[in-house]
Amino acid sequence: MIGPVRYWREIPQRYRYEAARCSGCGKVFFPPRLVCNACRGREFKPVILPQAGTLETFTIIRVAPSGFEDQAPYAVGVVRLADSVKVTAQIVDCDLETLATGQKLRLEFRKVQQDGASGVLCYGYKFVPA
Amino acid sequence: MEVGIRGYGAYIPRHRIRVEEIARVWGADAPTYKRGLGLREKSVPTPDQDVITMSVEAARHAIRRAGIDPAKIGAIYIGSESHPYAVKPSGTVVAEAIGATPEIHCADFEFACKAGSEGMFVALSLVKAGQMEFAMGIGADTSQGAPGDALEYSASAGSAAYIFASTQLVAVCEETYAFMTDTPDFWRREYQFYPRHGGRFTGEPAYFKHTLSCARGLMKKAKVKPKDLRWAVFHQPNGKFPAKAAEELGFTSDQYGQGLLSPTLGNTYSGASPLGLTAVLDVAKPGDRILMVSYGSGAGSDGFIWRVTDRITKVQKLAPQTRAQLEDRPIYVDYGTYAKFRGKIRKLTE
Repeated sequence: MIGPVRYWREIPQRYRYEAARCSGCGKVFFPPRLVCNACRGREFKPVILPQAGTLETFTIIRVAPSGFEDQAPYAVGVVRLADSVKVTAQIVDCDLETLATGQKLRLEFRKVQQDGASGVLCYGYKFVPA
Repeated sequence: MEVGIRGYGAYIPRHRIRVEEIARVWGADAPTYKRGLGLREKSVPTPDQDVITMSVEAARHAIRRAGIDPAKIGAIYIGSESHPYAVKPSGTVVAEAIGATPEIHCADFEFACKAGSEGMFVALSLVKAGQMEFAMGIGADTSQGAPGDALEYSASAGSAAYIFASTQLVAVCEETYAFMTDTPDFWRREYQFYPRHGGRFTGEPAYFKHTLSCARGLMKKAKVKPKDLRWAVFHQPNGKFPAKAAEELGFTSDQYGQGLLSPTLGNTYSGASPLGLTAVLDVAKPGDRILMVSYGSGAGSDGFIWRVTDRITKVQKLAPQTRAQLEDRPIYVDYGTYAKFRGKIRKLTE
């Protein structure tokens, strides 16, 4: 289970989709990293990711990890955000039988997990059909 | 200085349950409930949707229509009776998600179904007082209703967010009014999962007394009559009460129908009249005047008269419209799924 400190540290990415653009070569990283793997630059500027994209691939989780059992079966996909990076996230409010690559999706703010009955609630992004 | 609404936004979950499905489980007569409550179906939040997530989405829609830098929002007040945490603010999550932190004042409001308009009232007043350039008021709920109780047919989910300002308004606030008494018609005690209510006592001495008195007091203060107002929006615990209140005040269905979402949305508690107002703003024309009266058990009503400006037509399509969301690909669930989504099934705990 995710603790409050790690959750808090990831808030800019999970809440606001903040990525980092390398000042040297312009490559965008999500989540941000300290050194650019293309030009080895160390200077980055924050950039907000586009909030819509196209489903590139997905899988249906039928045997879910701890904390997600009640949601199975559910979809997790890799989505290419418009002219930007690829992001992996759950896909919800969709028909698992007709979900298909190439489908247009958009980001929505959802509760991603919770630390048991008394722990912290973790919010972030999921994809929904556009 | 004129103050009012600069941006507004709504959010409605896509899942629905029909009155027939709830009635089937409890052996109730669905046509009687549909007729008696004026409801056909209601929205259902999924386990990953709560007051915080719905408020973020509504707030983002409001920001798009307001066309402002969210960092300049000076306050966020979220009214709800289903804040996800007993202790920890909903407002800070919303403020962080929309990029309004850290120079912002946050508070979570609670006053049964009136908490949303309460947040609107305070946010509007702070802008009017010159304390801040922009302030946001949100009404949102994932309403609770005990299994088998009449409330279960109506208790639903949704949110509406408003950004108040003194520039580039879409609706000017012409007048406000409030009417409160101590009336125990509906309550939920600490540690109780479901609210209790006074049955028929929730009608005449509660909803109708406060809603009608607030509307009459508001119109008297503003020196207007129902014929001077293009639209009227009321708190909507079901489909019947607001229609009856509106007609008793002298409004026609042409005036109150657009803002009456409950027949297919249900009762979104703190989100109810704020969501009704978003549906009206979606279609309002410059110069239209709107009466809005909320109601919260306990009990009281907040009233507002809004005058729509020329800017409205420029923002209506900048974010998803309310009735479009209500009709957008609804996903119908059976009672078992609904009970699972709403945590009504007691599971083995570790």
